[in-house]
Amino acid sequence: MTTNSANLLVEILKDEELILRSWIQQQSAATSRPDLISEAELRRQCAEFLKTFRRAVEGGKSENVEGPAWTPVRELLAEISRSRARQGFTPGETATFVLSLKQPLFQEIQRRLGANGASAVTDELWTATVILDNLALLTTEFYQKGREELIQRQQRELLELSTPVVKLWGGILALPLIGTLDSERTQIVMESLLEQIVETGASIAIIDITGVPTVDTLVAQHLLKTVAAAGLMGAECIISGIRPQIAATIVHLGVDLSAVVTKASLADAFSLALSRLGHRIQPAQKRSAQGIHDGTDSDT
Amino acid sequence: MERIPILKLNDILLVSIQVDMHDQLAMTLQDDLTERIVQTGAHGVLVDISALDVVDSFIGRMLGNMALMSRVLDAETVVVGMRPAVAITLVELGLSLPGVRTALNVDQGMKLLRNGLARQTRGVRDGRYRR
Repeated sequence: MTTNSANLLVEILKDEELILRSWIQQQSAATSRPDLISEAELRRQCAEFLKTFRRAVEGGKSENVEGPAWTPVRELLAEISRSRARQGFTPGETATFVLSLKQPLFQEIQRRLGANGASAVTDELWTATVILDNLALLTTEFYQKGREELIQRQQRELLELSTPVVKLWGGILALPLIGTLDSERTQIVMESLLEQIVETGASIAIIDITGVPTVDTLVAQHLLKTVAAAGLMGAECIISGIRPQIAATIVHLGVDLSAVVTKASLADAFSLALSRLGHRIQPAQKRSAQGIHDGTDSDT
Repeated sequence: MERIPILKLNDILLVSIQVDMHDQLAMTLQDDLTERIVQTGAHGVLVDISALDVVDSFIGRMLGNMALMSRVLDAETVVVGMRPAVAITLVELGLSLPGVRTALNVDQGMKLLRNGLARQTRGVRDGRYRR
């Protein structure tokens, strides 16, 4: 922990080629993942790390890796850990990147100080091991952060993907909901539905919950809120796609959906919406009736 | 003093709120509206709030009251042009304006009112009860 030991580390690290070679060897022995990272890329990362590591050891006297002297090392490690999180390394493999530096360093310390007796070697080993352990812990932390960012981004993408508002007919919108409804999603669903109502001038919106796995009181409340908000905008809502178990659950929970028109299937809801707007779907009978009349097409 | 204009269009009164509603203005509007309904014998009131960014609980309640008062004076009220953000806020506040009819825009609101009025007069002609 003295300038002396830092000097020794610097001396050792100056022999960059040697350390680098045995470090990389060490890593490919411990966790070789040629499927995830190329040899050249690994070599580049190792060389860069050694360089910044040496500069930090030169500048900082202590093993406090949170200090300002270590900022470049921390940044480099953050970058490496994040990229490994994305590439699919495990946290253990990521930490090994730093931990595997121990052996070459220790060997070198042993070789240079072997003559000075066991206590000097122990001191040096202790300094080096504390620094490397702390750095390895940092990689795990950064790895975790990288993973969390990944998950958050996927969550956002999922939210965007899962709230399409489709136009079924002039004045009729459909909102097929898929997945569990929480308050955040309800907010997004509500907003996109209302925006679409304004944009298309629709007067009826069909909320299809076929893809909603469970409906509890909270989900029902969210649905009712959406219906009420659409109502304030002057659009009527129909809830469709209620599966038998869900109907039973709603009744058992005592949720009151009597203020909303509900239909079992989207088709029913659509035909109700059409009739509200004064449209009707009719089989194209005229043609086939004429066919029968002419005797040309008798089996329809 | 600032006032919100009330326009008469056949037997419908058109109220378009284009400025930020503060409480005094809302009260004045309420008074003016009831006065005009009695004066003109209008059977429909169309309140356009498309320019309102903010509707708080007071304004929400006032809209409901206006609808109730008009109903007593035999005029249907339709609130039109509510913005999505306003609708969400009102629902979150627990105000879903019961008893107020809504429509997306002035066009649809007019249609709604005319249909209602037509039904009423037809009902009278057929000897049925008026709503």
